[in-house]
Amino acid sequence: MADLTITNLRKSYGDVEILKGINLAIKDHEFVVFVGPSGCGKSTLLRSIAGLEEVTSGEIFLDGKEITELAPAKRDLAMVFQSYALYPHMTVRKNMSFALELAGDSKDVINTKVTEAARILELEPLLERKPKDLSGGQRQRVAIGRSIVRNPKVFLFDEPLSNLDAALRIQMRLELARLHHDLNATMIYVTHDQVEAMTLADKVVVLSQGQIEQVGSPMELYHHPVNQFVAGFLGMPKMSFLPGKVVGSDADGVDVELMAGPGVRVPVTSEGVSIGQKVTLGVRPEHIRVTAADESDFHGILDIAEHLGSDTFCYVKTDTKETLTVRTPGDFSGAYGDRIGLSLDLQHCHLFDEQGMAIAKLNRAPEPA
Amino acid sequence: MKTTPLHSGAKSVSDDSAESVSGIAKTNARISRYMVSPSVLLLLVWMVVPLSMTIYFSLIRYNLLYPDDNGFVGLENYEYFLTDEGFGAGMSNTLLLVGAVLLITIVLGVLISVLVNQRFWGQGVVRVLLISPFFIMPTVSALIWKNLLLHPVSGVFAAIWTFFGAQPVDWFSEYPMLAIIIIVSWAWLPFAILLLMTAMQSLDQEQQEAARLDGAGPWALFYHLTLPHLARPIAVVVMIETIFLLSIFAEIFTTTGGGPGYETTNLAFLIYSQALLQFDVGMASAGGLIAVVLANVAAFFLVRLVGKSLTDKN
Repeated sequence: MADLTITNLRKSYGDVEILKGINLAIKDHEFVVFVGPSGCGKSTLLRSIAGLEEVTSGEIFLDGKEITELAPAKRDLAMVFQSYALYPHMTVRKNMSFALELAGDSKDVINTKVTEAARILELEPLLERKPKDLSGGQRQRVAIGRSIVRNPKVFLFDEPLSNLDAALRIQMRLELARLHHDLNATMIYVTHDQVEAMTLADKVVVLSQGQIEQVGSPMELYHHPVNQFVAGFLGMPKMSFLPGKVVGSDADGVDVELMAGPGVRVPVTSEGVSIGQKVTLGVRPEHIRVTAADESDFHGILDIAEHLGSDTFCYVKTDTKETLTVRTPGDFSGAYGDRIGLSLDLQHCHLFDEQGMAIAKLNRAPEPA
Repeated sequence: MKTTPLHSGAKSVSDDSAESVSGIAKTNARISRYMVSPSVLLLLVWMVVPLSMTIYFSLIRYNLLYPDDNGFVGLENYEYFLTDEGFGAGMSNTLLLVGAVLLITIVLGVLISVLVNQRFWGQGVVRVLLISPFFIMPTVSALIWKNLLLHPVSGVFAAIWTFFGAQPVDWFSEYPMLAIIIIVSWAWLPFAILLLMTAMQSLDQEQQEAARLDGAGPWALFYHLTLPHLARPIAVVVMIETIFLLSIFAEIFTTTGGGPGYETTNLAFLIYSQALLQFDVGMASAGGLIAVVLANVAAFFLVRLVGKSLTDKN
């Protein structure tokens, strides 16, 4: 069992408050990802859980036992660092056995555990090497191996893949997902890379300026962001935002007149929405379609088109100079400066009020099984 | 592309570009050789003239008391120097001094630099204070130690001894070598601290955090992370200090004058006393050459030892 509960956690450096009251419950076997822009406090939160930072107030519980003031080594947690933090003068074997030796385990036990971890991570041929003789991906695996041998209740990862090149990052991402499955362990993972967050997580925690913006499964965050920050942060490329104002509402949705031209009917609740209220329509690139100019009453000028082969991302300037990102098929053939028509998939659009909070949708997307 | 064969030494401007580039490179190399030659020659003369004069002096009878008696004596000077009763003492005192000072400066240097690496109020001032003895010239520091600190009547140590009711120690007659070692260690400790303190700052923070998570206490952190990290700067300290400690002179000259007897006479002081106290320049020259050979032997082993750890990449 490894349930981690954090209540009202605060952390300040002098007058600067880094964590402003974090409440979070992490269940056993969950893969939780903390994601957010730089400086949002996600690493500080992870280091507070590890015991490397003293917290200003609040409590951390592991399996009902308070660990807020406990020494890092006594918390039954293992951490993988961004720089791997391998001990440079020790062999791979020694790196992995270091914690066990300090704990006073017998030679046989240490040997068994190290061999087992090396087998899982395919490190057997490298056991007698020093970290300097290893590639980035191998060092990463040793760092993970060092955590595995301790058999901790919770694994902590602090941006573990950010020092790897793109191809290796994808490979290690898959290995991490597999590892989580095999070890069936609770893992907490910090990243600023939303692809890692979406692909690895059971539960994503979006942080901004020391506060939790939203906690939920990746799909929930994608389909039902609670505010404009989460909506804009998750999704590649970013969601586009169009300002407008409410012109009418009934039980089936809200009528919005966009600054850029057309009126649209968004299927969100009309509760608390008043006529004339300023709102922002959020629409993801994949929910806009390019049509011929005369087939739509919403027009834009094609700016740059990025051809990725499988898709083409078009940046479109509306008549009121807002930029929209549109995902089109790979064989898209529009040219710079073309006037095109745009068609919005209103079922998947989001509406935000003046404070940036989402107005609840009428039809929630089904949760994946 | 011209295909006419080129005569050697008859290069023209229209040469193939590769040719002219290598031509320019050759000219450049020749010019730079001319440019550096004055300094190389100066250094060569600076080294060769004293060395050959020393070799010459070591082979003749050259006593300042008998300036006219300059006959060739072969290796007699060497024989006398090596069999002089001061030679054995000088050798062992040199080794003792170098070894003891190295040990003290490195052990204390490591401990102090680890301590000073912690954050505390007034850190900057303490660091400057720790480094400052290095700026004091050897004669001055030795005189201060002799007259203000270790003096059996007016010294600070004597006052402390008397305060606790003990008999003050006359350091320079009872423990002369220990007194010299203390003075030299005091002067060289800042050097070790300077190098080790800077090295401490490059100790990886995440490695220490990882070790803390692995259950390492302060002692285990020191032994398993700090010491291995400091191995290389320690090697540098050993090498540089050895070079300078082999020729310690001023501290001995201003305090004990090599005595009592030969107790604080090292090789450098022995050579000085042969030349300028016994006026035997020939024998001093022979001693100087023996010291050169010894220093080179020491340097050979040091460079092998330290150089290996320096070139061995992290």
